[in-house]
Amino acid sequence: MANKDELQRTEAHGGLAAETPFGYAPSRESTDIVRIEPRYDLFIGGDWVEPRSGTWFETISPATEEPLSRVAEAGPEDVDLAVAAAREASDERWRELPGRERARFLYRIARALQERSREFAVLETMDGGKPIKESRDVDLPLAAAHFFYYAGWADKLDYAFPGRLPRPLGVAGQVIPWNFPLLMAAWKIAPALATGNTVVLKPAETTPLTALLLADVIQEADLPPGVVNIVTGAGRTGSFLVGHHGIDKVAFTGSTDVGKVIQRAVAGTGKRLTLELGGKAANIVFEDAALDQAVEGIVNGIYFNQGHVCCAGSRLLVQEAVAETLVERLKARLSTLRVGDPLDKNTDVGAINSSQQLRRIEELVESGIQDGAEIYQPPCDLPERGYWFPPTLFTGVTQSHRIAREEIFGPVLSILTFRTPEEAVEKANNTPYGLSAGVWTEKGSRILWMASRLRAGVIWANTFNRFDPSSPFGGYKESGFGREGGLHGLEPYLAWNGGGAR
Amino acid sequence: MSERLGVRKTYKLAIGGAFSRSESGRSYPVLGADGRILARAAAASRKDLREGVRAARSALAAWSAATPYNRGQVLYRVAEMMEGRRAQFVDEVGRAGGQDAEAEVDASVDRWVWYAGWSDKIHHVLGSVNPVAAPYFNFTIPEPTGVVGIVAPAEPALLGLISRLAPAIVSGNATVVLASEPRPLVAITLSEVLATSDVPAGVVNVLTGRTTELMPWLAGHMDVNAIDITGVPGHLLTKVEELCAENVKRIVRSEEANWSSDRAQSPYEVTAFMEMKTVWHPMGA
Repeated sequence: MANKDELQRTEAHGGLAAETPFGYAPSRESTDIVRIEPRYDLFIGGDWVEPRSGTWFETISPATEEPLSRVAEAGPEDVDLAVAAAREASDERWRELPGRERARFLYRIARALQERSREFAVLETMDGGKPIKESRDVDLPLAAAHFFYYAGWADKLDYAFPGRLPRPLGVAGQVIPWNFPLLMAAWKIAPALATGNTVVLKPAETTPLTALLLADVIQEADLPPGVVNIVTGAGRTGSFLVGHHGIDKVAFTGSTDVGKVIQRAVAGTGKRLTLELGGKAANIVFEDAALDQAVEGIVNGIYFNQGHVCCAGSRLLVQEAVAETLVERLKARLSTLRVGDPLDKNTDVGAINSSQQLRRIEELVESGIQDGAEIYQPPCDLPERGYWFPPTLFTGVTQSHRIAREEIFGPVLSILTFRTPEEAVEKANNTPYGLSAGVWTEKGSRILWMASRLRAGVIWANTFNRFDPSSPFGGYKESGFGREGGLHGLEPYLAWNGGGAR
Repeated sequence: MSERLGVRKTYKLAIGGAFSRSESGRSYPVLGADGRILARAAAASRKDLREGVRAARSALAAWSAATPYNRGQVLYRVAEMMEGRRAQFVDEVGRAGGQDAEAEVDASVDRWVWYAGWSDKIHHVLGSVNPVAAPYFNFTIPEPTGVVGIVAPAEPALLGLISRLAPAIVSGNATVVLASEPRPLVAITLSEVLATSDVPAGVVNVLTGRTTELMPWLAGHMDVNAIDITGVPGHLLTKVEELCAENVKRIVRSEEANWSSDRAQSPYEVTAFMEMKTVWHPMGA
């Protein structure tokens, strides 16, 4: 029983509310911690180098459309220089460096990311539009952990692959997307460096700033010049890089369409290739699932990072008996999501990354309506400037609808139903993609039964969108090939000496 | 004394457990080491290839769901059956111009035995349990990729083919094989062995014919998940690999020069045709 004081406080509280209705008090993260240069050059051979192309492009905040900085656009000559710097660093400094020495640099980078995590998180949110809550609690801790994890592998590679003696490939060309800019840089750079390769990294054109700040960390860590080179630019720069004859390996994360273009470009060159591409993941809820927990998992599965997630749980498959209840609770939960200023610590759904992506989402949502699915969007006030899309769900979706087949890469959930586990498996696998899937049930045996039948590289049971540096990530089918993270994430960066054909 | 007139064998395609001529009605002459015709082999068409892929897709579910113990025994059974027909294989390999026919056949039998044993060990050696920083039991296991196309090396026709085929099927994949174009006959004889070794129909479909004609269709086929291009000649590599991008095919290629060496076999040849699946299973009381 509450004591008298508490009762009095409650009364006072209620009284206040009656007089002045609760307004929302934003809790905005300060941007003072971040210093953005008015202009960024290319990071080549350990130095900042003006682009030979002579061009710079603007990077803006998608939440305000305000310009943040101008960033160099690397042309063919610039990519040449970066690849040459990476090659020289590989031959002269890095490849022969003992693993324990390489490890020291990676540990330094991991520590620096931890120390400067808030600065990075704020910058990530400013440049990309994701909620500060996520960049602070997900992107940054995971990026630092990734460097720390792979640092430990650098001097243990001889134990990783039974019967094989590893050696580095040489120079890796890496192209990363805009949805997890720093984290993807970490996923690419950490295993490459741990295995003795040098890299040329091309960040996405809408989110280059945290990769450029990482260059600062790399300089502070005294990493030998040329081991990591960062060339900014758009798709053209990326195509110069992946098509460059001086690289030994291409690693790409992005859309399946671009992945296919890259696979064609690499054809016949003998370059090693890994692709982490799109997805249309099924998130499958059985009638025995803990529904409130499932609702949170569904929200995390599709509205996390505005749905700009390749492994997003964009197709919800619900067992018929609980479909109505679940959709009801989901709609109620959607209405409590806070959409808006990504720098506000309470924001759940931030800004759409670019106007181009916003148009794509709008187009697909329109197709969903045209195809006859029923749309639901909670009432929410969207800021006037910036790129925004409210959390959206569709019921009455069939497998032939575009919103059930194509990757939307936005906060849009398509809901389908099923009766039996077999039907759930069939529907879940009915896609050219195969990156991830979710299963919600209280029955452990069913989790493993489902897991063994779902054709996807990552299966989350009673959770979704969870990552760990020790846990391999990557797709089946048209979601790509190769794994990132864990023991298996080393393999794409290694060649083998003697003993064993592969 | 009159010499008996021999009964010659008709070499057909092996698709879905049946032996049939090409739907195109075509065949081509196969020459022996002495330059004389050994037999005519079926010249498979694009349609035959599609039938092969269809048969492989149909066979996949049951074969990949068979227990590893079972698949291991089936592969071992192939070795037993080949051993029983050793003289025939030596004769065929020799007449087709194989350099050391006895050694090639012995190595072929041994290769089946070696890969048979991996069926229930690959998961130990190349899977992992991942120590994630959260309350989940997290593990990664290799699973078969699906339908695999194999362009067998032209030489050695038997050992080269088996060295690429055995690692692909031991994990549960189903395959469509383009046999060596100059020496296709022994691949069809191998199919007869497979058909009597409890290898389920459709798990290995063997096509003979003009490989340059068939390769692009195999590489571009949307229902083929991975392709072994070891037998693709250098000048066609770019074209074939470009076609593979159509559905993001996994491309596997061995540069092995000495197929009879132990180096030509590896558990990593098995995982080259597998996908790594990671499962997050919750832990809690």
